[in-house]
Amino acid sequence: MEATEAAHGEHHTSLGVDNRMLLMWIFLASECLFFGSLISTYLIYKGESLVRPLPDDVFDIPLTSLSTFVLLVSSFTMVLAVYAAHHNFPKMMKLSLLSTILLGLVFLGFQVYEFRLFGSEGLNLSTNQFGASFFVLTGFHGVHVGVGVLYLGSMLIGSMRRNGLGPSGGLYMEIAGLYWHFVDIVWIVIFTVIYLIP
Amino acid sequence: MATATGTLPQVQEETTIWTWLTTVDHKKIGTMYGISGFAFFLLAGLEALIIRTQLAVPNGAVVDADRYNQLFTMHALTMIFLGIMPLGAAFFNYFLPLMIGARDVAFPRLNALSYWVFLGGALLLTSSFIFGGAPDGGWFAYAPLSDEEFSPGAGLDFYAIGLLILGTSSLMASLNFAVTVFNMRAPGMSMMRLPVFIWMMLVVNFLLILSLPVITVALVQLVFDRNFTTNFFTPAEGGDPILWQHLFWVFAHPEVYVLILPSMGIVSEVLPVFSRKPLFGYAAIVFAGVAIGVLGFAVWSHHMFTTGLGTVPQIVFTASTMAIAVPTGIKIFNWMGTLYGGSIHFNTAMYFAVSFIALFTIGGISGVMHASPPVDSQQQDTYFIVAHIHYVLFGGAIVGIFSGLYYWFPKMTGRFLDERLGKIHFWLMFIGMNITFFPMHFLGLSGMPRRIYTYDADLGWETWNMVATIGSYMLALSIIVFLVNFFWTMRKEPTATDNPWDAPTLEWATSSPPPEHDFDVIPEVRDRDPLWYDRDHGIEKVEPPSEMHIHLPPPSYFPLLIGLGVLLLGVGVLSHLALTALGVVIVIYSIWGWALEPTE
Ligand SMILES: [Cu+2]
Repeated sequence: MEATEAAHGEHHTSLGVDNRMLLMWIFLASECLFFGSLISTYLIYKGESLVRPLPDDVFDIPLTSLSTFVLLVSSFTMVLAVYAAHHNFPKMMKLSLLSTILLGLVFLGFQVYEFRLFGSEGLNLSTNQFGASFFVLTGFHGVHVGVGVLYLGSMLIGSMRRNGLGPSGGLYMEIAGLYWHFVDIVWIVIFTVIYLIP
Repeated sequence: MATATGTLPQVQEETTIWTWLTTVDHKKIGTMYGISGFAFFLLAGLEALIIRTQLAVPNGAVVDADRYNQLFTMHALTMIFLGIMPLGAAFFNYFLPLMIGARDVAFPRLNALSYWVFLGGALLLTSSFIFGGAPDGGWFAYAPLSDEEFSPGAGLDFYAIGLLILGTSSLMASLNFAVTVFNMRAPGMSMMRLPVFIWMMLVVNFLLILSLPVITVALVQLVFDRNFTTNFFTPAEGGDPILWQHLFWVFAHPEVYVLILPSMGIVSEVLPVFSRKPLFGYAAIVFAGVAIGVLGFAVWSHHMFTTGLGTVPQIVFTASTMAIAVPTGIKIFNWMGTLYGGSIHFNTAMYFAVSFIALFTIGGISGVMHASPPVDSQQQDTYFIVAHIHYVLFGGAIVGIFSGLYYWFPKMTGRFLDERLGKIHFWLMFIGMNITFFPMHFLGLSGMPRRIYTYDADLGWETWNMVATIGSYMLALSIIVFLVNFFWTMRKEPTATDNPWDAPTLEWATSSPPPEHDFDVIPEVRDRDPLWYDRDHGIEKVEPPSEMHIHLPPPSYFPLLIGLGVLLLGVGVLSHLALTALGVVIVIYSIWGWALEPTE
């Protein structure tokens, strides 16, 4: 097992961390600043809207709590997928991966519904500073979830090939998991800072 | 699959256009960065020449106000993003693996992708001259100058989309390089044995990784304001133009260190070699570089003193800005300490390196001056600032790059640039640069504002403007001398040995130019100056085994394809969204192809 791993590209590295794993970690540091800037914009424009609707007029906390819960559960299924990949349970891995993807899609469905609901209540990009900063922030988070769904979807398709994801499959899953958990954590921050704190 | 076999280290493969388009070799990619960067450097210089010609005499009529605004905006954007940054990236691409004893960067295909995305963004931004006018709101694009009312043309859209694409390229390159520095070092190459150039570039990479996302958000907001009805920066709708300034400068102040740190690294390599002694205070210079990087994130509001920040923020940003002079000063003392007592060998590379210290110090000192808000309110938006930035960016960054070019040229091509022409180049550039930019201090102090396209005769600005224009033509002449030198040298026979300067760093342990696989045998590092250590301890270079099978990553066309897709994404936003959709399809398809492509 050791020998095959060495033969398949898990090269020796100076730090002992795989290159791709390190790349993802540093990339996520960059992403922190990306979302940090978007959240800062939202907070700076809090109270600067000249017309309604304001957050209190449109937010539906129980609904968003539900979609937040869906995303949280997807993190749990992602953990299962990584575990299964490492311990060579291909069936369990595919099942958990599929659930993660579906939960991600459900979250996106909630978001589309929420955006349309807010739109019907008169909030859009041009309405006021709340609309602009809210839609751009949560929209970009949604894009990240969407990219994650594509990412995990590609992994799922890849794992269905004859030799699956290959000998580094566990590592690949772990890196994908890192991304997915990060996107979830960002949502927890958004939900707390934007929905819950009045 | 490219496999280097046998004992001939210099098997020159046939190079065709296709090998360059699909290459993943860091040396070829570095060369492409270098050539493109230099071409854009010439373009930006040409823009500057038109500007100087316009300003040579009062009421100049070479260009109108509108074109003038485009020229100074594009001069800055082109120099910064398409000239100096890629030239730094060129050296880093070429020498990072060589200097740390690796065979390539961590992600060769990602490296190629960074280049193609850069080229797409650069062409897109420059093409704005043809398609309805270049950006004209300054490189800072302050709101409300950047909104639809005051910039009705497409220029600012080209600006935003172009910079977003270029930012993506820089981010990918920085991630790749950072991982490479951390993970691909040769045995014995600990972090505190890294060449200073590598350390400075590592700081640069982290500056980019942490500041690019901030400008990305600002640019996205600008795109939304201009195209998708938001009002982030429209005061009448509750928007705040100052927010743009904050986001912009949180990125753009670190950006000036992105421009200067590579050159600081280069002179830190050149000075010890031609002083024949190790760099004085290695640890101090490394920590000073890191300190500059960290502090660089805490000073951005010194660009905004005149917006009325309030007393406390002014004090804080004054203090942090002045504090950043300390690590900078440490570096200057280190360089002088390196020269002190050395047996100095004055060749062209050394001329540039030593003049870097002097010119950069002048720019640094005028920089500390406007760290003080009362002084700054006098100097803001005057030619004093223009003088300052050009001492830092021309006297610093560009001069440092030329030092590196003369120093590393034999390693990259096997040929030495001509010393006599080199010294003519140097003196023309050194004198020309001082004649151009030093008088701008006087112009600024006598009240000449920046970014005016002309001025009246009796304001007392004629003499120094004329002098500055003469200087700029000297600069142009110096570049012509350099180009003559370059093309003449390239026709000569390659004569360079492995280590013609008797330099201490690993890139000189392999042939000049290096073989495709960089090193026949990965070197072992025993000291901070490995080749000097081996020389002094009589350690012979390890002979390559008679049979070598070195795996090199195979060429790939997916980086080029993704680069094309990313370009289409941008073009689509500027023209028709169908192109964006096509771009998305190409990108997704190519990423799949990329993932499934065998790399072993
Ligand atoms: Cu600054």
